[in-house]
Amino acid sequence: MHLVLFFIFGGLCVVGALNLLLQSHPINSALSLIVVMSSLAVLYLLLGAEFLAAAQVIVYSGAIMVLFTFVIMLLNAGREERTHGSRMAYIAGFPGAAVLLGLLSYIFLSNRGHLGNARLGSYLVTTGDLSRVLFRDLLLPFEVTSVLILIAILGAVALARKEH
Amino acid sequence: MDVPIAYYLVLSAILFSIGVAAFLIKRNIITVFMSIELMLNAVNLTFVAFAHEWHRVSGQIFVFFVMVVAAAEAAVGLAIIIAIFRARNTLNVDQVDLMKL
Repeated sequence: MHLVLFFIFGGLCVVGALNLLLQSHPINSALSLIVVMSSLAVLYLLLGAEFLAAAQVIVYSGAIMVLFTFVIMLLNAGREERTHGSRMAYIAGFPGAAVLLGLLSYIFLSNRGHLGNARLGSYLVTTGDLSRVLFRDLLLPFEVTSVLILIAILGAVALARKEH
Repeated sequence: MDVPIAYYLVLSAILFSIGVAAFLIKRNIITVFMSIELMLNAVNLTFVAFAHEWHRVSGQIFVFFVMVVAAAEAAVGLAIIIAIFRARNTLNVDQVDLMKL
């Protein structure tokens, strides 16, 4: 069951990411990124991170991607044009990413024996566990991030404002 | 049936590599920004997988903070993209090359 769910949603993730890479229209890339993020939420649930699965859907596939699609529609972004610089990126980009993938996969698969297995429901971090750490041990970093969010809002408004 | 943690790590490696490739190949500044988000998500999956492996909550706390910072970064980054589009009237990264030697 776990293996089947992992392959279904892991496959969806990879297909969505490849679609992001291959589509030339930004709105198609944004929609496939939503697919990737929603399937990642299911994978988080399989790994017993229930709060993060909900936060992934609400924050990433909800808030951030809506912001992206709004900006794409606002700027009326069309198909991207091929330029001279893109040929150089093709030559360096694909082999570099392939080397990175090969290296990381080799490291992870050769250390398979040291890593355990993920059993469905064997380890569940409830929202209570998470909030106990977040609001007791890490209260100061939590408050600092809220200040960071406030500064980000002010910065976004100041940057996107029309100048007179 | 159990899934080895290594499979999750390999999946996140695949997603991260696709993100790197998209970052290098894409010419549209919004899509480049989206591939950064993809890479952040891949790293988040690694954090959650290791949190499950060692039964520690701190891995998930890291993911929470990454999400918060990603939200702030997306807001500021998209505002910068809008400002660039107002100034240059283009979204192509090859035409925004004032700092290139």
